[in-house]
Amino acid sequence: MSERGVPGQAMLEVDDLRVQIATRRGIVRAVDGVSLEVEAGEAVGLVGESGSGKSMTLRAILGVLPPEATITSGRVVLDGADLVELPRAQLNKIRGPKIAMIFQEPMSALNPVMRVGPQIAEGPQVHLGMNRARAAERAVELMRRVGIPDPERRFRSYPHEFSGGMRQRVMIAIALSCDPELILCDEPTTALDVTIQDQILRLLARLCRESNTSLVFVTHDLPVVAQVCRQLAVMYAGQIVERGTVQDVLTRPCHPYTLGLVRSAPDVDHVRASLVPIPGAPPSLVHPPAGCRFHPRCKFAEEDCTVTDPRLRMIDAHRSTACLHFERCLDELRTEGADR
Amino acid sequence: MSAISLAGTAGTAERAQPRRARWYRQPALLAGAVLLAIILFMVIGAPLVTSYNPDTQNLNATLQGISGQHWLGTDQEGRDTFTRLLYGGRTDLQIAFLAVLFPFVLGTILGSLAGYFGGWVDIIIMRLVDIVVAFPFFVLIIALVFVLGPGPRSIYIAITLVGWVSYARIIRGEILVAKRQEYVLAAQSGGLSNLRIMARHLLPNVITQAIIYAMSDIVQDILAIVTLSYLGLGIQPPTPDWGTMISDGQNFLTTHWQLTTIPGIAVIITGLALSLIGDGLADLLRPGQS
Amino acid sequence: MTTPAATTDPRMTDPALPLLDARDISVSFSLGSAIVARLRHEEHVLHAVDGVDMVIQRGEALALVGESGSGKSTLARALSGLQRPDRGEIRLDGKVLPARRSRADQRKIQMVFQDPYSSLNPRLTVGGMLHELLRVHRVVPRGEVESYTRELLGLVGLTEEAVHAYPRQFSGGQRQRVAIARALALRPELLVADEPVSALDVSVQATILNLLQDLRAELSLTLLLISHNLAVVRHLCDRIAVMYLGRIIEVGPTETLFASPRHPYTQGLLAAIPRMTFTADGDAPAVRGDPPSPLRIPGGCRFRTRCPIAQPICAQEDPALTSSGDPAHAAACHFAFTAAVPAPRQPADEAGAVAETE
Repeated sequence: MSERGVPGQAMLEVDDLRVQIATRRGIVRAVDGVSLEVEAGEAVGLVGESGSGKSMTLRAILGVLPPEATITSGRVVLDGADLVELPRAQLNKIRGPKIAMIFQEPMSALNPVMRVGPQIAEGPQVHLGMNRARAAERAVELMRRVGIPDPERRFRSYPHEFSGGMRQRVMIAIALSCDPELILCDEPTTALDVTIQDQILRLLARLCRESNTSLVFVTHDLPVVAQVCRQLAVMYAGQIVERGTVQDVLTRPCHPYTLGLVRSAPDVDHVRASLVPIPGAPPSLVHPPAGCRFHPRCKFAEEDCTVTDPRLRMIDAHRSTACLHFERCLDELRTEGADR
Repeated sequence: MSAISLAGTAGTAERAQPRRARWYRQPALLAGAVLLAIILFMVIGAPLVTSYNPDTQNLNATLQGISGQHWLGTDQEGRDTFTRLLYGGRTDLQIAFLAVLFPFVLGTILGSLAGYFGGWVDIIIMRLVDIVVAFPFFVLIIALVFVLGPGPRSIYIAITLVGWVSYARIIRGEILVAKRQEYVLAAQSGGLSNLRIMARHLLPNVITQAIIYAMSDIVQDILAIVTLSYLGLGIQPPTPDWGTMISDGQNFLTTHWQLTTIPGIAVIITGLALSLIGDGLADLLRPGQS
Repeated sequence: MTTPAATTDPRMTDPALPLLDARDISVSFSLGSAIVARLRHEEHVLHAVDGVDMVIQRGEALALVGESGSGKSTLARALSGLQRPDRGEIRLDGKVLPARRSRADQRKIQMVFQDPYSSLNPRLTVGGMLHELLRVHRVVPRGEVESYTRELLGLVGLTEEAVHAYPRQFSGGQRQRVAIARALALRPELLVADEPVSALDVSVQATILNLLQDLRAELSLTLLLISHNLAVVRHLCDRIAVMYLGRIIEVGPTETLFASPRHPYTQGLLAAIPRMTFTADGDAPAVRGDPPSPLRIPGGCRFRTRCPIAQPICAQEDPALTSSGDPAHAAACHFAFTAAVPAPRQPADEAGAVAETE
């Protein structure tokens, strides 16, 4: 197991990242001031609904944004180097050995006309300088590690010959192939069945524990993030609105949006009389509401919420929220608890 | 989640999809439409533009060059070339536009039946398609007109019998895809008859591809008509038509090249206008925006 | 109504008659070439649904749960009349439904589909679509079509403006409401909802789920919900039927199934659901391995290749749905209700279990 970073010091630091997309309607502020720290070996969940900017954040970290999107400001610092400033050639040296990504749709993320083994072996060949034979050995080793049966034979299979779960394992193998420090996961289990999702999540958690790899896990599914991550950041309209440990954020949400998410989703362990949806709809990212972006949908909104755009601030040792009146959420929970 | 879905959320509070691009902002479409409008105006308004009669012969003024009296000169029988050009355009364009309609309708109907019902219907219709496609387009048209006898009626029949296959294929393909859409299942679930589903639900969604193709088909039909007339199989004299003009002018190619060339250029310009419209429409109506 | 016919109408004689009674439903699809399939030792017929019995009582909400390849969507379509089954009989209100349903019969079971973006015709306004259905089926007299349409839209929480709007002007959640309105327009007896909220954002799912719940109460609607999301199922449904590779392998009241699932697959399914609380209960997944290809269904019990308690008998005999004690709860496993349940095997590694196929 390699020495990763300096214990206690963030391996990845995202500082006030902003991404804009040019569209016909105007400039979409997809990511608007996101800051994040990930320590070595830590798994951080990034949760939000569609349009929250969570996928864009991941892509901005790795530098694989679509052509119409650009990083307008902010830094992404990995082991001391700012990835935003790096030229493409330098960036390519980092992608693979230091950061890898796992995507949602394994069928489109894997090359359909290339056999699976060489796809896994490509990284080590290019980045670690291994020769074909040695890289192939490593690929087989990785396939075994991720639970693909009969790896020597399946080395020569094509992606379409695998099931969805198996393809996702192949992607994980590719991600691990150069032993990266950080793996970015963009909804990797959303397209999978529940039982397969369970397998993949446990696999990921185990592998990252074993090799002390950090994870940034993006999903819209709250319970899924609870399976894999210890830290959680909730995103809304391009901004992080709350951060803390998964347990803390989900049991004592300090932002009305998180509270809304928790109460609107049916809980398999606890049947409630009716679900409480979040009123309204996500805001336009071209002309976001003044002040707090969530205020039009928030029942705790006050005057000051329409004026100041609140930023994340610490309210406890490992807890931060962007809500000016977060105590209301806790009050609400208390009264709910009393009623039950 | 890609940038596209984000852009969709940007505009309105709901995730509505982007509105159709304005048709007049498409340069190809605009240029083609303007050009076609000019041509149609000249051709339809021929009596207003020129005072000559296309058939009047004036044997005292044969083979004259460009002049104030005859803007494009006269031909070997003293008829005003410009006038003949305009009236010839009338004939050709009228036949072409009508000739595109019949294959369009026939092909759409057969293609819909094949795509929607599948099974034996599909097999029979597709085998018919295969038979027709086996022959080169022009060869078959010429052969049919030859057999049927020259004249506009034969042209319509020939083009219809040969031209329906492209529409059938296009529509069949589109319907094969569209019928898997859930709104078709919903219509079936709602107890609507197959005919109604095909006509009201499927066809409006797939017809755009056929319309786009029709634009290029008109060009092909114009060429076919002109070719047939050039060969003497199509429009018969004295009816003016570009094909016969080209054919007649051949004899004077070295001395009065404008007699052949000018109708040729007219064909090219008309074809260009229609192609531009077709391209512009294709961009505009690309699936995903409708 | 005292005509003689009344006494032969099953509904009048037996109030306990189920709304829907389906027996031995099988749906299969023939794929590609038989010769190629034989070379690959595969079936060239895909048995999506293989001998399913299903009973739905009036007014209840039954969930059909399963993963991909289970056949749940195919079964739903067969029941809705959109897919012709090869075998089997479907009775609605005691009357057998023929393979080609009449328009009147087709009305009685309506479906709400999964994808709100492809289940509405982009060329029709909401009003146009509803008017068409109402006119064709003559649900209400001509003069009342407009007002009935408005009523329907109000029922699902949409305003009058929706009547002249096109689907593209609506969000995903609103489109599902339109789809629900469409399904309700014909006043069906059974509403089949195929993954109605899977394609929606979490916060929007809640509105649709609440809507379904309210409609059930207001209209005494009978609901068949197809879903892979057990949290939604537990919230909404009274009974659950679990499908695996074309068969129902367990069925019973919701709370009973959650409290004491009897089939190893159901147990695994429930254990695999991610929960809000972080459980550090080891790396062993709830269910091992991949589901077999539907073209190579294992002989005997279908689940035995992934089952932790599989025994020799499981390869020889295909277990039928049996119950013990509570007739409402049945499971298709040789050891479902026996006292002596075999001890679960511990696989050497995760991959080891996957290698066991036929």
